[in-house]
Amino acid sequence: MKKGVLTGEHFMNGDTACAEGGIAAGCRFFAGYPITPATEAAERMAERLPEVDGVFIQMEDELASMNALLGAAWGGAKSMTSTSGPGFSLMMENLGLGAMMETPCVLVNVQRGGPSTGLPTLVGQQDMMQARWGSHGDYEIIAICPNSPQECFDFTVDAFNLSEQYRVPVLVMTDEVIGHITEKVVIPPADQIKVVPRRMYNGPLKEYKPYLPDKDLVPPMVEAGKGYRIHTTGLTHDERGYPVVTAEEQQKLVRRLVDKIRKNADKIVRYEQEWMEDADIVVVSYGITSRVTHLVAEMARKKGIRVGHLRLIVAWPFPEKRIRELAEKIKAFVVPEINLGQMVLEVERCAKGKAEAIHVPNAGGDVHDPDEILAVIEEANR
Amino acid sequence: MSSDLSAALPKNVPFDGEHPKDSLLRQDRLPHIWCPTCGIGTVVGAFVEAIRESGIPEENFVVVSGIGCTGRVAGYVNLDSFHTTHGRAVPFATGLHLAKPGMKVIVFSGDGDLVAIGGNHLIHAARRNMDITIICVNNFIYGMTGGQLAPTTPFHAKTTTSPFGAFEYPFNVPHLVASCGASYVARWTALHIRRLKKSMMEAIQKQGFSFVEVIAPCSTLYARRNRLGTGYDIMKFYHDNCEIRHGADTKDLDMEFQGKIIVGKFVDIEKPTWLQLLKDGLKKVVGE
Repeated sequence: MKKGVLTGEHFMNGDTACAEGGIAAGCRFFAGYPITPATEAAERMAERLPEVDGVFIQMEDELASMNALLGAAWGGAKSMTSTSGPGFSLMMENLGLGAMMETPCVLVNVQRGGPSTGLPTLVGQQDMMQARWGSHGDYEIIAICPNSPQECFDFTVDAFNLSEQYRVPVLVMTDEVIGHITEKVVIPPADQIKVVPRRMYNGPLKEYKPYLPDKDLVPPMVEAGKGYRIHTTGLTHDERGYPVVTAEEQQKLVRRLVDKIRKNADKIVRYEQEWMEDADIVVVSYGITSRVTHLVAEMARKKGIRVGHLRLIVAWPFPEKRIRELAEKIKAFVVPEINLGQMVLEVERCAKGKAEAIHVPNAGGDVHDPDEILAVIEEANR
Repeated sequence: MSSDLSAALPKNVPFDGEHPKDSLLRQDRLPHIWCPTCGIGTVVGAFVEAIRESGIPEENFVVVSGIGCTGRVAGYVNLDSFHTTHGRAVPFATGLHLAKPGMKVIVFSGDGDLVAIGGNHLIHAARRNMDITIICVNNFIYGMTGGQLAPTTPFHAKTTTSPFGAFEYPFNVPHLVASCGASYVARWTALHIRRLKKSMMEAIQKQGFSFVEVIAPCSTLYARRNRLGTGYDIMKFYHDNCEIRHGADTKDLDMEFQGKIIVGKFVDIEKPTWLQLLKDGLKKVVGE
């Protein structure tokens, strides 16, 4: 039997690295459906999971995949899937069930151009708002955005850890370029990879209440078959997991589901910054666009423009505080995205008119031309 | 069970406050939401007895339901139980089974949930011979939403969305799952409690995809709209119009409006499950 963690230096694409990250984090169940440009992650899992006594299953569609993930998680497994736009849409129904049942699992969305079938083989960043709002009802989710195969590995591990910590499905929002780019990936020794175990309840059997939260608003979990006689439902429920379809219970439950992320947001939010000390203009980016933006910021600096770069690693929850602080002192935000205006709306909301939020749109199919972003920066600097 | 019930019992019957089915039902969730004369409670009663008589430890069972009247079963059985989304009980159960292959995973849901919105999942689970048991309560109608057309509504039967009668062909559900590869297929009605219980026990013990369809009365919506009388009348109808035909060819199991209902055990075969095939296949190809 091969090792779960393939310690060493590898040359692999982002999709494959996501799969390896999952295995390193302890993922032992993968259910998925073929879709470009995410298929390589499933293919890697099909090959690797049997080696670590895990189960790979190709389901009949993405609705089934998402549900199989939830079922496996309640059976005690760490579970994962990968998909792209159309499949992501199908997963939305039961992403909501995952949020409602507070089920840890990880979804990798290798974004491509949409809407509909769109551009199966070309890049997009058009599912960012769907990641946040895609399933009906109120809930909060965590989304993390790698920009290289190395980060696909690292952040998929982080995604599993966040998902176990907060009992929520976590989205790895990558894209076609990162998914298909092949680069060096260094996988550390297993004992150097931080893996958060499931928050298991270990009190008396009879006193267990599936939705009685700890201080951080997250309830500890159990798995099926251990004698707890758990019940859980997609209906609004009380601490016992029993359906209680009343306004009172709805207020209590849904506020907690949202608050367990919002009130812990400071611990979850993550970003990188470059050249921020004296910045007049801050470029906000994520995913593949952050690699272009890094270059653009360098070009602008050479031209004497005081540009900073804020790169979102965790996109959801959004770094509201940081944007608010920056808005007080800078002239403008420039937000390049491979969509026609999504995360820029968040920047604008948090800036509250104190600094302009200028979007650099791109409908998808290719990454931005650095000069295009530079021109917007120069215009903003005038 | 509360002790005030003892007053209602005849004096010579000892009553110790515990019904034999109590421990397998969530007492703190009763009374249930099902209408008087609904068939689902009877089916749950048979299921609870099947579990008890199977001798398998209760903690080895898990019940997964979808949405609808029968979807509520997961909420009443005192077992690990999951009330999932509409149509998705089968893939949820598949994931749970694969993570915990030692457990007896039972999907308890209705005809609309399993065969309409969940139809694709149902046929693929049957094709894979996934080692789960499906109990499908078929009342010919969508009860929870007030009586709409189901994929099982007999030709000409009236529902709120087929007010002039259904003008489409219904599914023959046992034939559907049998032709997709199910290892065990049976059909009973809510009248055939003992036979149903026996079938459930066989289905639970079966290695592979097992399916039990239970025709059950919905007097509030289906019978009322079609002027079929009370719950009693429907049970009488089952009594007079069911024919037990074990081993019948499943293609002969179509049901016409108020026509004959063929019940029995139609499929009971041995073949390796999805997980067995995977393990054996991998062992052959890549070794231990």
